[in-house]
Amino acid sequence: MTLAGLSLAYLKDRALNTALNILLLTLSVATLVILVLFSSQLAERFERDAQGIDLVVGAKGSPLQLILSSIYQVDVPTGNIPLATVDLLRADPTVAEVIPLALGDSFRGYRIVGTEPAYVENFGGVLAQGQMFAADYQAVIGAQVARETGAGLGQKFVGSHGLSGDGHDHEETPYEVVGILAPTGTVLDRLIVTPVGSIWAAHGFAPPPAEGAAEDHDDHAGHDHDHDHDHDHDGDGHQDHAAHDHEDGHEDAHDEHAEAEPEHAAHAGGGDLEVTALLIKYRSSMAAVRLPNFINKQTELQAAAPAVEMTRLLSLLGVGIDAVRAFAILLMATSGLSIFVALYSALRQREGDMAMLRVMGARPGAIFGHIVLEGVLLAAAGALLGVAVGHAVVAASAASFPQLRDMGLTAARFETAELVIVMAAIGMGALAALIPALKVFRVDIAKTLADTR
Amino acid sequence: MTTPAEPLIEVRNLRHEIDGRCVMAAPAFAAAKGEHTLLLGPSGSGKTTLINVITGLITPTSGEVRIAGQLMSALPAAQRDQLRRRTIGVVFQTLRLIGALSVRQNLALAQRLALGQNDSTAIEALIAQVGLTHRADARPRELSQGEGQRAAIARALCARPAIVVADEPTSALDDANAIAMSDLLLATAEATGATLLIATHDNRLRARFDRTMTLAAPQVAA
Repeated sequence: MTLAGLSLAYLKDRALNTALNILLLTLSVATLVILVLFSSQLAERFERDAQGIDLVVGAKGSPLQLILSSIYQVDVPTGNIPLATVDLLRADPTVAEVIPLALGDSFRGYRIVGTEPAYVENFGGVLAQGQMFAADYQAVIGAQVARETGAGLGQKFVGSHGLSGDGHDHEETPYEVVGILAPTGTVLDRLIVTPVGSIWAAHGFAPPPAEGAAEDHDDHAGHDHDHDHDHDHDGDGHQDHAAHDHEDGHEDAHDEHAEAEPEHAAHAGGGDLEVTALLIKYRSSMAAVRLPNFINKQTELQAAAPAVEMTRLLSLLGVGIDAVRAFAILLMATSGLSIFVALYSALRQREGDMAMLRVMGARPGAIFGHIVLEGVLLAAAGALLGVAVGHAVVAASAASFPQLRDMGLTAARFETAELVIVMAAIGMGALAALIPALKVFRVDIAKTLADTR
Repeated sequence: MTTPAEPLIEVRNLRHEIDGRCVMAAPAFAAAKGEHTLLLGPSGSGKTTLINVITGLITPTSGEVRIAGQLMSALPAAQRDQLRRRTIGVVFQTLRLIGALSVRQNLALAQRLALGQNDSTAIEALIAQVGLTHRADARPRELSQGEGQRAAIARALCARPAIVVADEPTSALDDANAIAMSDLLLATAEATGATLLIATHDNRLRARFDRTMTLAAPQVAA
């Protein structure tokens, strides 16, 4: 039996009080750990998914929505923009690369993105199996899609209209898996990428001829279609096809969609074809000054910089995060006070014990250390339990909420900040024990023994 | 049975005052190794103060206390603690067992503090000697008064101190328990060869000691 053992024995002796103090600290540490895991992984994910992209061009609307839908694939697009914008921007000398995105369909909740191989390369995507898509209806699937759906090379699947996965199926235009990507830790892991032409064709639009000549389709100017599908526009809200705008109130039966296909096909030639958004990489810093203004002056277009929008989003989220963090710190301070009160009160009751320890030869410094250790043990138990609970909550949240899982939130990661939180909690426990412990240096043993008979 | 030898406790011209008032004035006396002394005196005569001075918890106003040849009052606090830790076992009237620890743990802690290590065999033997083997894992609050006293005596002896002092160990006990308590102290001190000094106002114990010393109530100056 050592003085450290005595510290543990005292904690066990008042188990309820000890448990309540540990619980209080566990709650505050767990809250802080959840915040750390969530905010750090969110910020990191934002940064990783936006890597290499300087500007996003899309339909007018909320710039944040444009960024969320085009880069993070978590919101519905703002609309579509003319395909001609691609050539317009590619002709700009300050632009290094333009990657078109065509959204609108999904498979079992995973978005089908019409794009070019450059999109995959932007995220450092490497094929684990198969090859890159080379023709319409060929699809390359992300690592998470392959894992969750069990899809393999050569397998065919049918995309569903809309991004929520509960729209009607495009049964007449199945995709074939020609490649599976290795995990990248980016949004690519949960996407199905295919040529933009696949999206057009799936919705009854022929891609433009190879030479890029556009036919004149005046009868589809503005590209609003009143021939409606039996679309189910719940979940993600209204999700525009990449190739055309649907107006609200889609009431026709689904089979009418098939009847309307020839009309869509009449768009062949590309003059009225549309894409959802364009991811832009600058060639020179001059572009950052000039290009957004130029694009925003176009009546149909808006430009949004991921860095700006994400900073704005994080600062908005930051207010909430700061509020919760302040609450957690307050909770931690409360638990520190609670430990102080518990130890102070316990030591008042144990003054006789302290005096007896001195009679038995314990040095004041050793008794001081034993009392501080009691506070440290309490705090360490609360802190370690808090870390465990924090990670468990994150794991449970990621398992329960697909959005968080898709965001890449994982409990299997430890941040340096967690170590700081644990050390702060333990330091606070030691601090809370300090004042009661210091009393041992002032104790009059003989008087205490006489007073505490 | 005691045998005269080199004094382990030596008291000379001892006097202690609080706020100028004399609370203890002890006659010179010495106790050799293995000697059993009963220190008698009425309430207020300064018995507890004398015990505190002998154990180094109080520095006397004047006079000398030597423990194992060392002048207690001349030692720095750390050395006084060390001397007490290694040389003296104390039994109090109120037992003062650590409530959060079992009987066995109380002994183990006292032994660890005194010797810096635990000898579990010696602890078990001592627990058996005071008849508490079946109560070794009990907490003090679960013990009867008699069991608690036996545990306190075992704790005072677990580091095999050269000196055992007891302050009013029987004052709250009936005759039978008072005699049992003093017999146990005498027997265990005899078994370990410790010098025993019991401070009490309980005259029932006088017959069991061959050496007694009386502490008179200090004179109050007119």
